[in-house]
Amino acid sequence: MTPLAPGARVRVRDDWPETRGPAHIRTPHYVRGREGVVVRHLGDFPNPEDLAFAREAAILPLYHVRFAPRHIWPSGVSADGLLVELFGPWLEAQR
Amino acid sequence: MSALLERDPRRLFAAVLSLLEAKGMLSEADLAERIALTDAATPGQGARMVARAWVDPTYRALMLADGTRAAEALGIPMRGAPPLGVLENRPGLHHLVVCTLCSCYPRAVLGYPPFWFKSAAYRARAVRDPRGLIAEWGTVLPAGTEIVVVDSTADYRWMVLPLRPAGSEGLDEAALTALVREGDMIGVTVPAFGR
Repeated sequence: MTPLAPGARVRVRDDWPETRGPAHIRTPHYVRGREGVVVRHLGDFPNPEDLAFAREAAILPLYHVRFAPRHIWPSGVSADGLLVELFGPWLEAQR
Repeated sequence: MSALLERDPRRLFAAVLSLLEAKGMLSEADLAERIALTDAATPGQGARMVARAWVDPTYRALMLADGTRAAEALGIPMRGAPPLGVLENRPGLHHLVVCTLCSCYPRAVLGYPPFWFKSAAYRARAVRDPRGLIAEWGTVLPAGTEIVVVDSTADYRWMVLPLRPAGSEGLDEAALTALVREGDMIGVTVPAFGR
């Protein structure tokens, strides 16, 4: 997987593994399927989705990704930006 | 699992502890050290970092680049703690920290999270309406201030480096440390001189 550079536009995978069986996911519901911008690479960490089940965990890149809250919720929004830590496999690069 | 949870917790704790000791995985000394570290972790530690950053630009740069090293530079034990990230408030930019998935919190520098930090209401409202939320603490930011909410979803822990309050120019580092409250480093409040 190519590392994502700061400024890269990404889309969070619209995937719901918890509907298919036991899962431990650190990707909040509200960003799935949403577009954001990579702020920076925070480091590389073992995949929590495997750690939670004592499985061998791949080391994955973790990114700080910025979202526009007004594009996520239709009303009642007073946040100007939202920063979320997301693992590489959840992010699809956008043109 | 449920049968285990129904046992007397003191007996269960004693049994687990004696097994860990018998297997050489944990000693009384390890336990005492961990309890001492947990007791020493209070918002006063984060406040020391904030005050130092207000008076020392070199320390401020270190704190923003690597919160863990900055904490260690003040003698705060960070061994075994997740990496610490520091969010810099500036005129026109304010940060608020939340963990929508659970209750991730920079315990090494702020201690136990306040009860409301774990509440479903705080977690749901922080990401969507932070301005309305912090107004309930009496926090009103200058017009035009941008609010960035930081959802602590994975391996980092985040604290806010707040703005030094007006009127505090004559204070020394110890007096500045006393100004900084827990909420100022989460972003629900801002430090005020004469609060």
